[in-house]
Amino acid sequence: MTNLYGPVSDWQNDFDHADPSYNENIHEIWNDLLENKKCPVAHTERYGGTWLPLTHEYVHEIAYDTEHFTSRSVVVSRLKPSQMEIPPPPAPIGNAPPISSDPPFHHEARRLLLPAFAPKKIEPWEEEVRQICNELIDNMGDAEFVDAAIQYAQHIPVMVIARMLGLPLEDSDKFRGWVHLVLESVNEEPEKRRKKFEEFEAYLSYHVQDHIENPRDDLITYLLNAEIMGNKLMPEHVRGTIVLLLIAGIDTTWSGIGSSLWHLATNSVDRRRLVENPGLRPTAVEEFLRAYAPVTMARLVKEDYDFHGCPMKAEDWVLLPFPAANRDPSVFEEADKVIIDREENRHAAFGLGIHRCVGSNLARLEMNVAIDVFLERFPDFELNTSEEVKWSVGQVRGPRSLPVRVLARR
Amino acid sequence: MRVRVDTAKCQGHNRCYALAPELFDVDDYGNAHELNDGVVPAGLEDKARLALANCPEYAISIEE
Repeated sequence: MTNLYGPVSDWQNDFDHADPSYNENIHEIWNDLLENKKCPVAHTERYGGTWLPLTHEYVHEIAYDTEHFTSRSVVVSRLKPSQMEIPPPPAPIGNAPPISSDPPFHHEARRLLLPAFAPKKIEPWEEEVRQICNELIDNMGDAEFVDAAIQYAQHIPVMVIARMLGLPLEDSDKFRGWVHLVLESVNEEPEKRRKKFEEFEAYLSYHVQDHIENPRDDLITYLLNAEIMGNKLMPEHVRGTIVLLLIAGIDTTWSGIGSSLWHLATNSVDRRRLVENPGLRPTAVEEFLRAYAPVTMARLVKEDYDFHGCPMKAEDWVLLPFPAANRDPSVFEEADKVIIDREENRHAAFGLGIHRCVGSNLARLEMNVAIDVFLERFPDFELNTSEEVKWSVGQVRGPRSLPVRVLARR
Repeated sequence: MRVRVDTAKCQGHNRCYALAPELFDVDDYGNAHELNDGVVPAGLEDKARLALANCPEYAISIEE
């Protein structure tokens, strides 16, 4: 892998969220930056100019401000839309509606998806998720050393979203490859990435065509039949929404499950409390979502704009680190502490404003069941310190490898 | 005590319905509204406060 940008030494003026040390040391980096209270917004010339606001107030403000910031591209990449050979569809639609859409189109594109992910549509999936989790644990046999990310967390959301969309479950390695391509390889040479994007496109075209010829009861067929303002969706809208559901439906929840298990593997007191008191688990999952929120979103600046003294230029990237907002001491008491029975918890792990994660109900279900089953089957476990925990790179943070030693199993 | 959901602020995070289903319901789009015109039955005041304290969009208010 040839990275375009080298290691970071100045996080205030030359940060890089895709430098591996960012996700590895994220809380120390934010704390250091926030001590410089003059402007709690870091900046870098990398990726053609990128800003990183760190307070809840600023993240909240940008998330709500669709006048000055566009969602046309939500993954910070080497190339801006205007520099791409084949630029994404312009705002308000974007390349993966509705996450890439702006109002008023956004409202219509989102309204199309919301019913499929509403709480009462998601609740019936619980048994299936539980079965998937138990099978994954069964597959570990009686191994003392397992990898809770590779053998457990990474499989759960893939299997569910592939079933919902109507894509072959055996392609899950491909899906994870494309997740890596879209989210983790932003620092690689654009030419190399383009080839892989073409393979992804070809795969989608094949399966969309297959669904046109063989309609069935799944989300791809639903999208093909859906209408916006009396018109069928454009083919690129259908493909873009599949990309969104596939990418956003996989590594986010995988990361959320992985970070929660990392916490439990490294905090025996919390683990014991949750083993003894299953009723506390949903509250604890909300706290894991706050403290280890996986997703940082991004916006593009529409026109030159002075944001609290930061001279933002048109088409600058702005990262929206909801995970940093979740650790802002002016909003959360003892923000740096993980308190598994925290009662007041207005965390923003699923975003704020009109782009609230459309799959949040599914993600919560998967996280709750995954933690529940893991604790039931492995009531005692710890980090296997002879191997390394490997964290993801880029805008979604979670352990990609989580070596664990199982001390008790049921 | 009465609870209110500001439907202009609600983005469907679904915290109130998860924490206090006796007081809130959600529609087919996942957006919340209060049940029973917002009247909080005796004994459920803590649940109402819990829902308020967990809404990321500050969409819930309480009249004591």
